[in-house]
Amino acid sequence: MAALIEVKNLKKYFKSAAGMVHAVDDISFEIQKGETVGLVGESGCGKSTLGRTLIHLNESTGGQIFYDGRDVTTLNKRQLVEFRRDVQMIFQDPFSSLDPRQTVQDIIEEPLHLTGGMNREQIRERTRELMDTVGIEKRLRMSYPHELDGGRRQRVGIARALALNPKFIVCDEPVSALDVSIQAQILNLLMDLQDQMGLTYLFITHDMSVVKHISNQICVMYLGQMVEKSPKDELFERPLHPYTKALLSAIPTTDIHHPKQRILLKGEIKSPINPGPGCRFASRCPYADEGCKAGVTLNEALPGHFVACNKAKEINLL
Amino acid sequence: MPEEILNEIVEPQERDHDHERNGKHGHGKRGHGHRHGKPKESVKPGSLKYVWRSVSHNKGAVAGMVMLAAIVILCVLSPYICRYGYADFNITEWYQTPNWNHLLGTDQMGRDLLSRVLYGARYTLVIGITATAMSAVLGILLGAVAGYFGGFVDSCVMRFLDLFQAFPTLVLAMAFCAVFGTGVDKCILALGITGIPGFARLMRANILRIANMEYIEAARTINCPTWKTILRHIIPNSVSPVIVEIAMTISRNGLTSSSLSFLGLGVQAPKPEWGAMLSEARSYIRDYPHMVIVPGLFIVITVLSFNLIGDAFRDALDPTLKD
Repeated sequence: MAALIEVKNLKKYFKSAAGMVHAVDDISFEIQKGETVGLVGESGCGKSTLGRTLIHLNESTGGQIFYDGRDVTTLNKRQLVEFRRDVQMIFQDPFSSLDPRQTVQDIIEEPLHLTGGMNREQIRERTRELMDTVGIEKRLRMSYPHELDGGRRQRVGIARALALNPKFIVCDEPVSALDVSIQAQILNLLMDLQDQMGLTYLFITHDMSVVKHISNQICVMYLGQMVEKSPKDELFERPLHPYTKALLSAIPTTDIHHPKQRILLKGEIKSPINPGPGCRFASRCPYADEGCKAGVTLNEALPGHFVACNKAKEINLL
Repeated sequence: MPEEILNEIVEPQERDHDHERNGKHGHGKRGHGHRHGKPKESVKPGSLKYVWRSVSHNKGAVAGMVMLAAIVILCVLSPYICRYGYADFNITEWYQTPNWNHLLGTDQMGRDLLSRVLYGARYTLVIGITATAMSAVLGILLGAVAGYFGGFVDSCVMRFLDLFQAFPTLVLAMAFCAVFGTGVDKCILALGITGIPGFARLMRANILRIANMEYIEAARTINCPTWKTILRHIIPNSVSPVIVEIAMTISRNGLTSSSLSFLGLGVQAPKPEWGAMLSEARSYIRDYPHMVIVPGLFIVITVLSFNLIGDAFRDALDPTLKD
């Protein structure tokens, strides 16, 4: 299998009054064709920024992104237009990602009109087909987003993303604004679409149970850096990084006979503004010592299982 | 023959449709049409036809338009309607209350109030509309530039406009009149300039709000060019408060120009601007109240009409405001 997306040392910094905000700092990973990579981490750790930078909604500060073997950080305007046909995004908030003045039909048709090459009748036909694919009733085509419930709105957003037959979709917390029963419907829809159309997803979320449901690979981010990367089952069975352990311990369990030990993190989150070298989790890590302040790299601790922790071997008795 | 049948089939639906719209279920109607399995193509929202239909179904707006149209028609036809000129004085007929010779009575110089009030409409309407057009165009441009480019441009434009906003409108307009002199054109200029900051601020705030929405980002992901994004997504979503503001400003400018005339800075006697008429008549308010009531009533009706129409346009342009 060839990697569809390959990210090398990607950096995205934002200017702020206090200094450079290191939103995404030196991140490398690959996404294979047809698989789903789950990207987890707490709010503000740079997950969304990473997703947006990946599809060139943000200009990257440094590093490279290869899509199908081509570096997309150096694309010119016309190439970027081509590239954007292949990559799409599903947004977190279906309330603000749809223009309140467009009807469902207008929203889904817009990418088709902009791309051209289809006549009016073909566009109508394709729109009908897309609405059917994502499960929106035909009678709703003249409705406005504000008349629909959250789940249907998100379906409209998905239909818009699918309109141009993309190969890669960044899902930026597509279910976190929905209630739980609708979440399951949308997740299943996304998985069905993946099977039918051979889509590749980067699935951004802070919800461990969602990521468990949908991903093949999981990347864990902390303050702009990747701290752990592993196949899904491996990660859930054997988390190596202290931060991942804490995240997993926060998933509620229904097993009353074997209650889980919650790992409660103490200490302050390090500021992402000019963070300097050293492990960024050190200030909250129960195992941290002086050595952790020097620096840390992402190493393969077990086959296919990468972790950025100097003490991973020691902690996990590997 | 088949046409008749068709009409019969279509008609009840049309009636339903109108009924529902009046019953404030603007949206029910779409679902309604489809539930009956007849994919009746409804009027495209946002189109002129749709806006017109919505406005013409708003009772307030219709009342406003009728009143305004009546005033405009009377004003245009005033040379034919009025038997007296606006400045023809006749001391023998002074202080008359409404009667058959003078339908609205006469003032302290025996001038016919009907003639004066109808001629006066020209000044009030022209000043109100022109001054508003001036401040709207300049204000929207400045606000859009400030909001879209941000940073240094934004600071320069907005700080400059802050200077204007630091003074109450009337005081500023008086200052301008003092500098430029008095008269209709000067009055328009003064009101036009004082109105700019309001529009600029409103437009800028809306552009800032809309430009950060996710659907603007979504437009980028589907390769929507910047100019199309601005035209199709940013402007339609930021324009509705501005439209309301236009209607409100027309009526406010009418009032302010009346105030300026009242203070002796706007339209000069013997030209019959409504504010000037009020100002002259105030000394006689106890003995001859009709002299105050006539121009006052016309001011109220005009302002009310513009406000009603403005409200209706806002509702028609914003699909989320239907109920």
